[in-house]
Amino acid sequence: MKISCEEASTICNKSQYKEAGFWEIMKLKLHILMCKTCAKFTKQNTALTSLCERAGLNTLSESDKEAMKKDLEKHL
Amino acid sequence: MAAHELHPETWVDQYADYLFNYAVARVSDAEIAKDLVQETFFAGLNSAKNYKGDAAERTWLIAILKRKVIDHYRKINSKKGKAEVRINYSANTDSEGDWLEEQVADPFSKDGDNTIENEELGLAIQECISKLPKKQSLVFNMKTIQGMSTEDICNELGINPSNLWVMIHRARTALMGCLNQNWF
Repeated sequence: MKISCEEASTICNKSQYKEAGFWEIMKLKLHILMCKTCAKFTKQNTALTSLCERAGLNTLSESDKEAMKKDLEKHL
Repeated sequence: MAAHELHPETWVDQYADYLFNYAVARVSDAEIAKDLVQETFFAGLNSAKNYKGDAAERTWLIAILKRKVIDHYRKINSKKGKAEVRINYSANTDSEGDWLEEQVADPFSKDGDNTIENEELGLAIQECISKLPKKQSLVFNMKTIQGMSTEDICNELGINPSNLWVMIHRARTALMGCLNQNWF
């Protein structure tokens, strides 16, 4: 059941995208009980996720950006 | 103040998403917002010689975009009759009563504040994302904002999942640091 901090952070990142399995989350929770650094990391990471959700971010797709770049280059 | 310079070849990578978010919040239509961003870049190129360098590149571009948004609203309102404001009481005519009370803004509603705050938050995050290395910001955008699956991203970029998680990790750590400075 014991995992390293590196594994813990990976599980934490995955769980931000709901891609961590049940046992992985159990392992992470156990690890957090013993490791203050990872507990802090998890807290901040979760906060980042909720900030991103709240902000309702938009992004242009890469193909749109490529098209924009090409158009701009013509004008340079 | 140090003089700023324009680097049009980096505009799309650095500012497209930032400007796009700004525009979407104002015109609430992705297609129109995209066109406005494009027009902003063109206008920037055309008036590059007027750039004096006292404002940062991004501030300058935002100022152009602001004009573009205003122009957009002028254009769609220019047809006769559209400029006049009509207030109809309500679609269902059988409701009668507190006409005025229902028209004024609810002073207890916090929606307005929240929208403004969320928009600022969005721009703050976008600014932090634009400081990331290109590859990291690309992966973070695909994963977090476009919500693509790990598998799709790996296929598209030709990387393996552990690469992806390492990049996500670095991006997220950098973003946490950046937002801690700029937001909290």
